[in-house]
Amino acid sequence: MRITVDGEEVEARPGQTVAGVLLGKGVKAWRTTRGAGRPRGLFCGIGVCFDCLVRVNGVPDVRACQRLVAEGDDIRSQAGAELPS
Amino acid sequence: MRRAGVVVVGGGPAGMAAARAAAGCGVAVVLVDAGPKLGGQYHRQYGPADGDRFAEALPEAVEHLANATVWAVEPVAGAHRVHVRVGAVDDPSRVGRVLETRALVLATGAYDRALPFPGWDLPGVFTAGAAQALAKGQGVAVGDRVVVAGTGPFLLPVASSLVAVGARVVEVAEANAAVSGWAARPAGALAGWSKTGELVRYAGVMARHGVPYRSRNAVVAAHGSEWVESVTVARLDRDWVPVPGSARRVEVDAVAIGFGFTPQMETAVAARCRIVDGFVEVDAAQGTSVAGVFAAGELTGIGGADLAAAEGEIAGLAAAKRVGAVVDPPLRAMAQVRSGRRFAAALAAAYPVRAGWRGWSRDDTVVCRCEEVTKGALLRAVERREVGAVRSLKLVSGAGLGLCQGRVCGRNVAELAGVEDAAAFARRPIASPIRLSELAEE
Amino acid sequence: MSRIGSADAVVIGAGIIGAACAEALSAAGLRVLVLDRGAAATGTTASGEGNVLLSDKAPGPELELAIASRRRWPELLTSLREEIGEAAEAEWEPKGGLVVATDEAAAAPLAALTAAQRAAGVEAIDLEPDEARNLEPHLTEAVRAAASYPGDAQLQPVLAATALLAAVRARGGEVRGGTEAHGLVLSRGAVAGVRVEGGTIPCGAAVNACGPWAGHFGIAAGAPITVMPRRGMVLVTAPLPPVVRRKVYAADYVAAVASSDVDLQVSAVVEATATGTVLIGSSRQRVGFDDALEVAVLRRLAREAIRLFPVLAGVPVMRTYGGFRPYTPDHLPVVGEDPRVPGLWHATGHEGAGIGLAPATGKLLADLLCGNGTEVDPAPFRVDRPGLLEEARA
Repeated sequence: MRITVDGEEVEARPGQTVAGVLLGKGVKAWRTTRGAGRPRGLFCGIGVCFDCLVRVNGVPDVRACQRLVAEGDDIRSQAGAELPS
Repeated sequence: MRRAGVVVVGGGPAGMAAARAAAGCGVAVVLVDAGPKLGGQYHRQYGPADGDRFAEALPEAVEHLANATVWAVEPVAGAHRVHVRVGAVDDPSRVGRVLETRALVLATGAYDRALPFPGWDLPGVFTAGAAQALAKGQGVAVGDRVVVAGTGPFLLPVASSLVAVGARVVEVAEANAAVSGWAARPAGALAGWSKTGELVRYAGVMARHGVPYRSRNAVVAAHGSEWVESVTVARLDRDWVPVPGSARRVEVDAVAIGFGFTPQMETAVAARCRIVDGFVEVDAAQGTSVAGVFAAGELTGIGGADLAAAEGEIAGLAAAKRVGAVVDPPLRAMAQVRSGRRFAAALAAAYPVRAGWRGWSRDDTVVCRCEEVTKGALLRAVERREVGAVRSLKLVSGAGLGLCQGRVCGRNVAELAGVEDAAAFARRPIASPIRLSELAEE
Repeated sequence: MSRIGSADAVVIGAGIIGAACAEALSAAGLRVLVLDRGAAATGTTASGEGNVLLSDKAPGPELELAIASRRRWPELLTSLREEIGEAAEAEWEPKGGLVVATDEAAAAPLAALTAAQRAAGVEAIDLEPDEARNLEPHLTEAVRAAASYPGDAQLQPVLAATALLAAVRARGGEVRGGTEAHGLVLSRGAVAGVRVEGGTIPCGAAVNACGPWAGHFGIAAGAPITVMPRRGMVLVTAPLPPVVRRKVYAADYVAAVASSDVDLQVSAVVEATATGTVLIGSSRQRVGFDDALEVAVLRRLAREAIRLFPVLAGVPVMRTYGGFRPYTPDHLPVVGEDPRVPGLWHATGHEGAGIGLAPATGKLLADLLCGNGTEVDPAPFRVDRPGLLEEARA
């Protein structure tokens, strides 16, 4: 299946998580903190820590480690606190 | 709302055993699990593969709700309502489901404890569980050169999984001392454990790949600008204070850390189960202090998959009995639980977390990752305000108020601040974030 | 910290009201001991949004107390900053309030309320719908009328309470957690001490600042008063970019506050905090001290909030908390000496307004206790008003 990551087309397979796709591509950070703007990526990997937040199809605060990719997903990095579009 | 027979929350070894046992007595069971496939963290199934080998093996009386997040457990007269959202994780399109039951089995498992050190919030620092989940569930190595650090036998399967997906594990740093010959012969220390064979296999993998195993060592700092480029590994004294002059720089692009486990407690707290020393108190039938609520697995004490499955079987039968099934006492499982708990106690004694970790972090080290609260800010707030309890600690320091609701920082922050009711961090009536539009739905 | 053996005044309850009373008493030169059975600022105080409101009060004694208190909060925080430095930080935000009517039926009563409030000295500005939406760009298009209250403010209640208590300690007083007051020791019918586990603390006055549990302490002290718990829940969203600027609430909130209904009442109160979270209230229920989660209440809160701010629909709620507000039959606070037991003072019954009313309450109590003149008329808050005194139970 095809998804886009920050606008760029990426090949993905059913059963992959967003974090699995990103880390598989060598992307280690996809969020910045709202306080100090520090980079963050995956940390706990099992849905507990909420560090790996990402924007999926306009919805922010989605855990990349838990969310399975779906055909056509628009994945975007998240800067601090964001509103849904 | 249809009243379910038995509801089981969690699809790991404990939850699956509970569902099988209850269904085996002819009771209708709903097994609710957040993951797309059963097995939990322990039997993590490879995501992209077809099918779900555990779901296919479940009895027909079990309805498996996958991708199902429990966001609230609500006590109602004589029963509990389990509020579930089913569908794409964290998406407002999820569908609501409410399960009301007189027999609720909680098997929500545990997650890695991470201790803070300078740089632990850099991308490239992962929990051991993350490295494991990525390797087994996604076939992805978290890095090319990885240090695995922490304490306990779980570090070995993590290192082994990393090797299996092509990472080079530079070393395994175990913060505790070797348990009588553990370093040379890890399996020996755990003689009698049914997983001994498994550990021997992991040790073999380590030896074949030349992975050094160093006890009384820990990663005490991570360095890099955008992600981890190197770590400082230091030798520790028996209280986990770094030995002066022992620090080594090791070039890595990832670190996996795990200092034991913290039970995932919020649904048990919401059901008002009594918590003792950080775990759910249970009787011989895995019953909690609340009638109709049973707990199994890591919630009742960290003891691994075999103990969890045995507890799950007992809990499932007790839950089935509560809704009217005729049940034989599970003598074999009860014996397994007794020996499993002895092993768990030995494990806990062999791999404690020692107070010296509090000195690894600096004043400017973030201790609450969500709210970016530094150790210095936390300690100043505690001192100025004479904070005496978790509730006020959170509100004066901001620690634990972010999206993870203190799951990552709670125990650490409570220890640093010297407040004793650390379990209060597990009071999370909203067990998982829910979109306002989902909440507003009827 | 050294323990003090006796005190001029023992304040029972280290919530915002107890802290404010203790601060005012210590400022008057009294040696003060504050007791709490748990830890400071972990009860009702830790469950509030930090409202310092004029807008939700109709003209009357409570509004007068609120006006005095609104004036006093920033002055007090400024002087505490000089005295105790950073420990006085309380996230004080004079952000203003906006009351919104979303149907014609609510518009006329709102205009009547603002007119009466203006006559009582409150700055209340009637707004057209587009003016309201200029102040709050994300506000619903369904707004029919609105009123702006520049005087409404917010602070963080646990920071505020702990700041007041830090000042008490700095003046030689003590705050002792984990210590339950079991009753009073009387001498010739008047307070001579407070009984605690293992002994008595001699004192000249005892202040019952136990909030919703003030009725319990009244019984223990042999001077029962009618103070009941009224439960409220708040939802907390994930941190958001600035989306709600003021404290915004639906016009039916004022009616809900004043209501004595036992049934659940929900009206939207939406505001952001300094950390970016949005707090969503408010509910009122009389369910005793039952703190069990009720999902139905949360659903109602969510619906009402989306009705005011549709943009919030897709936002995650990460937390909810509930607390008990101390509630009296006539909805007025109790501040004064108990006529049955000289030396026993009550300061409670502020319902959901304790944070806002705290500093004026503390000042009023200290002035009365020290025999000074008072800024506000104490008569409406007196303990022996109708309906408040209960017969001592055997």
